[in-house]
Amino acid sequence: MKLSRRYVLMLSSASVAATAMGAIPAFASLTEDEIAKLTGGADMAEGGVTLTAPEIAENGNTVPIEVSAPGAVAITLFADGNPVPNVATFNFGPLSASRAASTRIRLAGTQNVIAIAKMEDGSFQKASANVKVTIGGCGG
Amino acid sequence: MAKGVKPRVKVPKTAAAGEKITIKCLISHKMESGQRKDDDGNVIPRSIINRFTADFNGQNVIDVALEPAISTNPFFEFEAIVPESGEFTFTWYDDDGSVYDTSKKIEVS
Repeated sequence: MKLSRRYVLMLSSASVAATAMGAIPAFASLTEDEIAKLTGGADMAEGGVTLTAPEIAENGNTVPIEVSAPGAVAITLFADGNPVPNVATFNFGPLSASRAASTRIRLAGTQNVIAIAKMEDGSFQKASANVKVTIGGCGG
Repeated sequence: MAKGVKPRVKVPKTAAAGEKITIKCLISHKMESGQRKDDDGNVIPRSIINRFTADFNGQNVIDVALEPAISTNPFFEFEAIVPESGEFTFTWYDDDGSVYDTSKKIEVS
């Protein structure tokens, strides 16, 4: 079989595309698995949760994060670029005034922080924020 | 039990009935994530506080499940409603089984 120039080019572009497909970061799918475990694959609407995170964090060891979701019974935080995506779960009790809390978290690098709120009616709301991290916070 | 664990909590001393009050909690703890390695390349075992709860007169305010991604000296800030005078109890649960707690009284006028 004669290899035409066109055929070779087609082959090479196909292989480049295949490599790009395979390069989805492993951590991201881990996060999706964890989210699916929490929600049971339910659809999530955006807008019911407010996630306040700094746009740029100089030190990934302590990144201040604030979440608030009126009418939520629980809020779970995920960081999709960390070795373990789960960050924390806030369960609100009867004496909680506002369904809001703030804490400080570790981020291994620039990534998305995702907040998922479980509402009183059993539905889920989602919010995410991208945080640029200058120095990662996982040691090593 | 991890050394030097000291809980610090900030609660207003007085409040009006049904008022929203802000509570800030900090506990000194190294929160070893289980991801770091020592000089010889051995993984330092995980040692974190895995649960934090705040209750007022036996009723729950907030119950937090912590993962290794929470920073050293875990800090929480949240709001509570105080229906009557009473006492807040704050409890931290360590991976090694230790339980640290502290309580704060509040007067409702």
